[in-house]
Amino acid sequence: MEHAEILHRCFRCGYCKLPGSYQDLNCPSYLQYRFETYSPGGRMWLLRAWLDEEIPSSARLQEILFSCTACGNCVEHCVFPKFKADVLNAITAGRGELVNEGSVPRRVSDFFKAIHLYGNPYKLPEADRGAWAKGLGLEPYRGQEYLFFAGCAGSYDERGQKMARAVAGLLKDRGVSFGILGALERCDGNEVRAMGEAGLFEEIARQNIAQFLDAGVVKIITLSPHAYHAIRNYYPRFNGIFQVLHYSQALARMMSKGKDQGADTPLTVTFHDPCYLGRHNQDYLTPRMVLAALPGVELAEMDRARVDALCCGGGGGNFFTDLLGSGPDSSSRVRVREAAATGAQVLAVACPKCAKMLEDAVKAEALESALRVMDLAELVQARSV
Amino acid sequence: MEEIYRELVKIVGERFVSNQPEERFLYSRDPGTMEPHAPDWVVMPNTTEEVQKIVRLANRQKIPLVPMGGGLVLSGLSRPLQGGMVLDMKRMNRILEVNEASSYVVVEAGASQGMLQAYLKKHHPRLKHSIPDAPPIATIGGNVLIHGSGHLSAAGGFHSEMLNGLEVVLPTGEVARIGSCSASPYWFSRSPLPDLAGLFLGWHGTTGVVTKLAIKLFPARPWNDVGIFVIEDPELAPDIIRRLARVQVAEDILAWMSPKPDWARGFQMINIAYGAETKAELTLKRNLIRESVRPYLERKVGGFMPLPPDMKVRFLEAPQSTLAVFADVNKGGGFEYVGAIMPVELFAPAFRKGLEIAERRKVPYSLGARIVGLAHCMMFFYAYAFNRADQADVRRAQTALEDTNALVLEMGGIPWKAETPAQKQIIKKMDPNTFALMNRLRAVLDPQGIMNPGNWEA
Repeated sequence: MEHAEILHRCFRCGYCKLPGSYQDLNCPSYLQYRFETYSPGGRMWLLRAWLDEEIPSSARLQEILFSCTACGNCVEHCVFPKFKADVLNAITAGRGELVNEGSVPRRVSDFFKAIHLYGNPYKLPEADRGAWAKGLGLEPYRGQEYLFFAGCAGSYDERGQKMARAVAGLLKDRGVSFGILGALERCDGNEVRAMGEAGLFEEIARQNIAQFLDAGVVKIITLSPHAYHAIRNYYPRFNGIFQVLHYSQALARMMSKGKDQGADTPLTVTFHDPCYLGRHNQDYLTPRMVLAALPGVELAEMDRARVDALCCGGGGGNFFTDLLGSGPDSSSRVRVREAAATGAQVLAVACPKCAKMLEDAVKAEALESALRVMDLAELVQARSV
Repeated sequence: MEEIYRELVKIVGERFVSNQPEERFLYSRDPGTMEPHAPDWVVMPNTTEEVQKIVRLANRQKIPLVPMGGGLVLSGLSRPLQGGMVLDMKRMNRILEVNEASSYVVVEAGASQGMLQAYLKKHHPRLKHSIPDAPPIATIGGNVLIHGSGHLSAAGGFHSEMLNGLEVVLPTGEVARIGSCSASPYWFSRSPLPDLAGLFLGWHGTTGVVTKLAIKLFPARPWNDVGIFVIEDPELAPDIIRRLARVQVAEDILAWMSPKPDWARGFQMINIAYGAETKAELTLKRNLIRESVRPYLERKVGGFMPLPPDMKVRFLEAPQSTLAVFADVNKGGGFEYVGAIMPVELFAPAFRKGLEIAERRKVPYSLGARIVGLAHCMMFFYAYAFNRADQADVRRAQTALEDTNALVLEMGGIPWKAETPAQKQIIKKMDPNTFALMNRLRAVLDPQGIMNPGNWEA
């Protein structure tokens, strides 16, 4: 197994379970399950035990490995500089071993099957992929400056579609030259990769790269930080080198000429850093620049922000497999309670998965009257003239 | 077995009980060198009432019960030596009360050191607790109960001395309160009542399950500094440490001797951390510390090391996150240490003989001493790294630890949170009447012998 050589080097000191402030548990699966086995160090030791045949492959081992949200908190806070970068890679590789062995939870195999058969995890027709853009008058991609990549959540998920429409609408209003692939777009593959199906990810990446290159794509704006991560950091391994922007970065460029004009009634906003923009790509500033450019908006940070942000629980495939489960200790519910405690009226997000996870959590916590989940583009639209 | 599982599910819910191979594997060991012993069940209670029900069940069925905090003791104390249940206490992690006026906090036993530190920083920034150099996920309850020490031990002694009171589920299931909280709504002190806390301190979970405790808080000063006094002759250390401690300025005095980093090799470094309300007070304290060791400065046999600001920040960090990294010194993932509680006057032989053991057993080492009180004693530590993937290397470290435990006892010290073999060595040296009293107390408290059996046994 790749990275097997670091498994025994984990001391299980537990820094990986916490944010930098140590204030509370910051590993979503450990927060939810509380057994040591569900912590990053627990996974490292179990993987080693499994490879050494000290424990058998089991449904529980699968659940333990696949409930990791790949949020990167462990990588960020591990105190072992010589191998910390590969802690999450080792867990992903462990998932890969289970995939190769054919021992994965049913929900995970269903996810892979859906990608194989439908090209998306929603099991919806590929022909419907561009339906989110209906009525917006967006152009198909034919050599414009940017390709806007909506991704699976932006194409099929109701909350994601709303967000994709907000982003694309803004880009259009601000005169950005861009096109979409519509029904021709394919899954970016990030969750497939994070769930350890390296072969399928490579296939998806190569198909996308070929399509992008054929169409002459040079610059891409992604809706999802997950797609941003895959295209920016993994497609180059297959010679797919593109200039990739997350949509918040595109918005920041559009808004870089000072405060936006528009509504300036006071509005307190707290921002939830998406893991794949923040910890995985170290961009904490751009979304805050967007918020700072909005008239009347005051940013109230949560205690856990930037490198310490608590994941919404939707990463690593859990948005689709839900192996993390629900309940008051699910990270999405803990997160919205934390957001509400800031006194903010709006919980701003920059990822369709976060939007959905946190919106559901707001309902579960009965916080609808106090806290509204809005993505950055929706906020910009709402505050614009 | 299945019936017990169902009973446990009834008490804490299905999500918080496991009899699965994964949990049985992981809870059978800690990061130290001791061999694994698997539990039959791992249970995570959320309330004192749930702990009571679990204890009563264990009692009825005569099932061994092992309470566990952070699981970071390294000497294997939370391994269930005779199987049974491991009680992972970390769901009980609430901070229940901070009394600013009387400077104490009441927490559930599973509250982590880091969580309390962050809570105080946010809500009571003028107060702090003495945090050990264990990782921040270590529990307050666990550390107090093993007589831990930490970043305020020069000012306040062992963490068990900072204990104001506790709530404990006795091995027969009754809940008892110890200290002022037994007769008052306040958790201000263990005095003036008969001090029953001693029935639970240092017993390694063999006398009950502590569910709540109150510990003393101390001023968190806005101005903080650290100095490092460096010497080359360990014989000088006891007098220097006494002088530094008796000025009563230091919050923490920590000596360390390590072959790494290279610049530290061959020296004994003594960190002195202190805080102040104002810059002027900090300067005054710095001068007092300096004055205390002036004879050594004048003889040029010791001196304060110039410290760049970033290094000061690192040395003032509590807990010291770099300590865990010692485990990776040879890419091995493991270390364990003997923490020897001993008089400061034994510093030089403790150091020299520790070096001899490390060299003889060819183990990577780091030595040091945390000073407790005004140099009333010290926790001298001998840390040995090992490669977890190499059984011969693990055995080498184990042998070095065994040699060190024997050495400590021979010198007149006592191994702290000792592994079970070292406990037996301690018992051999112990006054037989003391051990007989321990056994009598234990028999009264735990008639079925269910609590962490195998510990403190001859």
